[in-house]
Amino acid sequence: MLPLADTQFVEATWIMVVKSLIIFAVIFGIVPVLTVVERKLIGRFQHRYGPNRVGPFGLLQPLADLFKLISKQGFRPDNAIPLLYVLGPLLPILSGVMALAIIPWGDVQDGVGLYGIDVPIGILYFFAVGSLGFYGLLLGGWSSGSKYSLLGAMRGAAQLISYEVSMGLALFGVIIMGGSLSLVDIVHAQGALWFVVPQIVGFLIFMLAGFAETNRTPFDMPEADAELVQGYMTEYGGMRFGSFLMVEYLEIIVVCGVAAAMFLGGWMGPGPSWLDPVWMLAKMSVLVFFFIWVRATLPRLRYDQLMGLGWKVLLPLATLNVLVTAVLVVAT
Amino acid sequence: MPDFPYLEDQDVVEVQRGPEPGGVGGAYRAFGETLRGLKTTMARLIEGPMTIQYPEEKTPVYPRFRGRHKLHRFEDTGLEKCVGCSLCAAACPADCIRVVAAENIPGERVSAGERYAAVYEINLSRCIFCGYCEIACPFDAITMGHDYEMADYGREDLIFTKEMLLAEPLDRTPLKAEGE
Repeated sequence: MLPLADTQFVEATWIMVVKSLIIFAVIFGIVPVLTVVERKLIGRFQHRYGPNRVGPFGLLQPLADLFKLISKQGFRPDNAIPLLYVLGPLLPILSGVMALAIIPWGDVQDGVGLYGIDVPIGILYFFAVGSLGFYGLLLGGWSSGSKYSLLGAMRGAAQLISYEVSMGLALFGVIIMGGSLSLVDIVHAQGALWFVVPQIVGFLIFMLAGFAETNRTPFDMPEADAELVQGYMTEYGGMRFGSFLMVEYLEIIVVCGVAAAMFLGGWMGPGPSWLDPVWMLAKMSVLVFFFIWVRATLPRLRYDQLMGLGWKVLLPLATLNVLVTAVLVVAT
Repeated sequence: MPDFPYLEDQDVVEVQRGPEPGGVGGAYRAFGETLRGLKTTMARLIEGPMTIQYPEEKTPVYPRFRGRHKLHRFEDTGLEKCVGCSLCAAACPADCIRVVAAENIPGERVSAGERYAAVYEINLSRCIFCGYCEIACPFDAITMGHDYEMADYGREDLIFTKEMLLAEPLDRTPLKAEGE
């Protein structure tokens, strides 16, 4: 198997454009639904209904939210740095959309790969653009000229550094077993056995780090609505705030997509080949449900506990996981 | 041996604790407790919501719930039970009932007694829903109903006249089921 993706495989430009449009449309159709699904699920976890007033079963709630946010005044604090303040919410969206490109929705069928692009460096690309999003968070928090925002941004930066390492190491085991960096090849390598079984430790570490990456509870330190009044988002209003919110869900989808591809066998499942994207989506939905489930369950960690968990538990565990995997792969 | 969690000759109460935070034991505890928490929340999801969808679905009240007052008529003759004795007004600690009595004229009787209440007003913005009027009434003419939706736009709208108190409520407040 190739260590990198097949660079000889080329598609016509118009196919690429159509593919990206479809991925964009589908994901940005899912994101608003995800917001209302999360609110409804959180409600159910607490014996409530959640939003059920706007439209049938409250399904039009995201539209109402969107309309409200868009119709708000585009406010900027006096002591904010204009360019960076505007850039803040844009960068994470850019990084989220870019990361979407490598999520494999299916194999190459009739000469068309059911993924945005199979980049040669594969998972490294995910980390590269994923961390780009944190620049937006940092810049946004720093440039809004508020202490709460700055605190949130600093926490975000520290958290990113702590968890990005473990996240990368957690995926290392899969890369070693799959023998490739390309997500498509890694999914192919899971034909016999999903990597979640031999790499259960890696999977758990990846999901934990994923919570931290997407700023979800129990690691929503940068937001911390109870103590930092939403952290880096404090000074944002209207759709700029809305895009930060949207990015959160976008990142959840991306992380769940990567986790599904790396650990849960990606598009593999019984049925005809056109069902592949559906299988992928189903596996992602299960992981997204897990994200929401954890949010409904766990309280926020204290800051030093967060750092302690990241550096003292996850990093050694992930390193050990890589080591053991490497030894076993070489030995067998 | 008394049924106490401590021994009488011991000063220190031994409490069972899990492993301290940190280390392998702490990690195990954190993991186990996390799983327990996840199980707890999942059980809530399976139980389903307990919300009462208020405007469509009203909170049931107990049979003796003291809501808005009702004036009653005799069911057979249709005459008002109230004879205008003003005992309810005398019993009212909030002084919210106003009764003006008048003599019944033969031929167009309003109440069963000698006199009837020409004006019977309850100022619900003052009422404290103590139910003393109900107890004071010798003819059971006034009782506390079950309605609790009394919000209105002005104070003057909260002064309920005799006609309003005699009328049946537009929709009934549900009663709690037996044993609920």
